[in-house]
Amino acid sequence: MTSYEAHFKVWRGDAEGGDLRDYQVEVNDGEVVLDIVHRLQATQAPDLAVRWNCKAGKCGSCSAEVNGRPRLMCMTRMSVFTRDETVTVTPMRTFPVVRDLVTDVSLNYTKAREVPSFVPPEGVAPGEYRMAQVDVERSQEFRKCIECFLCQNTCHVVRDHDENKPAFSGPRFLMRIAELDMHPLDAAADHGLTRATSAQDDHGLGYCNITKCCTEVCPEQIKITDNALIPLKERAADRKYDPLVWLGSRIRRRGQ
Amino acid sequence: MATGTTPAAPPAPSPRDRGVRAPGRAAITAPHLRTDRWWLPPLVTALGLAAFVGYSTWRAFANADYYAAPYVSPFYSPCLAHNCVPMKGGADWALFGPWWGLSPALLVLIFPLGFRATCYYYRKAYYRGFYAAPPACAVAEPHAKYTGETRFPLILQNLHRYFFYIALLVAGILTYDTALGFRDTHGAWGHMGLGTLVLLANIALIWAYTLSCHSCRHIVGGRLRHFSRHPVRYRLWSWVGVLNRRHMLLAWSSLISVGIADLYVYLVASGAFDDPRFF
Repeated sequence: MTSYEAHFKVWRGDAEGGDLRDYQVEVNDGEVVLDIVHRLQATQAPDLAVRWNCKAGKCGSCSAEVNGRPRLMCMTRMSVFTRDETVTVTPMRTFPVVRDLVTDVSLNYTKAREVPSFVPPEGVAPGEYRMAQVDVERSQEFRKCIECFLCQNTCHVVRDHDENKPAFSGPRFLMRIAELDMHPLDAAADHGLTRATSAQDDHGLGYCNITKCCTEVCPEQIKITDNALIPLKERAADRKYDPLVWLGSRIRRRGQ
Repeated sequence: MATGTTPAAPPAPSPRDRGVRAPGRAAITAPHLRTDRWWLPPLVTALGLAAFVGYSTWRAFANADYYAAPYVSPFYSPCLAHNCVPMKGGADWALFGPWWGLSPALLVLIFPLGFRATCYYYRKAYYRGFYAAPPACAVAEPHAKYTGETRFPLILQNLHRYFFYIALLVAGILTYDTALGFRDTHGAWGHMGLGTLVLLANIALIWAYTLSCHSCRHIVGGRLRHFSRHPVRYRLWSWVGVLNRRHMLLAWSSLISVGIADLYVYLVASGAFDDPRFF
């Protein structure tokens, strides 16, 4: 096993202010950025705040920005950096900072509550749901989401424009709407909720300019833009901008 | 729903106080901390698109050297004006009379242009490359305000599917033009020259790009909720999905091929180059 001393810059501070602090820290073969942050805690900065849990890329807790790129610290290998490269670690820059690398992501929970949940079909009791695999596999891709909120963090609609936060749900929750709209048993439409139209009118789908940063940073490699956001835009276009489709669906309300 | 709440319009924050430097976020003065060459992809994209726009503008207004029997430039087909040069058996329909004095290409190019301008890939490309919204992921954009595609004119991007329908017609006409490339200059079948191959490659890429379109993917099956009840449309959706994963590649290769096809016809029509004939 080989080891070397790496130069780290880690943002330290809170909502009142802070700065990037320099650290020289030991790095061993096979380590990830989160290992180094833990070594900093153990050796030089015992009060360094960092949120983490699984160390396996499955809990979505250790989201941060490494050399300016939104990433999971536990999934960022040190071997991707050269030995003389300075590694800069900051908290996610879209959300209010709590302390050091910890941010307040409660905006996302607010947005999650604003998405109407699955509406069960009438006359089918829980446990009696039957769906063909081919009908649910599109939605299953979106269920891989670990809610790390890196997509929410990198989306320029809110990252660069605080004023859009009330109107825009962000890629993670637009993807949730797409998931429900594609769900073969969701009966929201029977109760007057057209999810695609609602995505446009109530959740700010129109703010998305499909520049694919959400897809680029997704640690689960979910094709958020191609498989969720663009299909949702097309479904909204069906309802709002395509009179033929709208008329057809009114005349023949087929159970698609 | 709370998302519908409209905040009272506050005074616009100064560049030093907005976006990633807004109060409450981690106090970092740099607009981004990326150390890689994030500027390269948008720069290359912008240069590539600008080069094509420059070339196609010149050719569209040139109104010359677009037909060298049996080849017609894809920029000028179908040729819908009275002032088109005669094309033996080609898509030469004088819908616009002698009053139309401009290049006939202008009547047609608006449709492929609209198809590509509203294409989901090209939107990403020019939003990043020309408008810097954003220039790259996690790189702060320079705009004080952003409304995306919620307002005029960008809300018109939702018309992409209509341009797709027209693009199908245009691709059909270009296929016909390609078939005519198998005739010789006198209209007899059984000819093949280098130009025939150029047009063949071009039309193959045009079809692949057109069918890989996200609107196409939605129309053939994406809008369904029960694939199991529509096995044929599910199969079509799956095939289009395979192409759709390469939409960016097809967008660029078909853009380049259409430029090369036009350039080839221009070189042959202007006498700068003789079309090598295979049989």
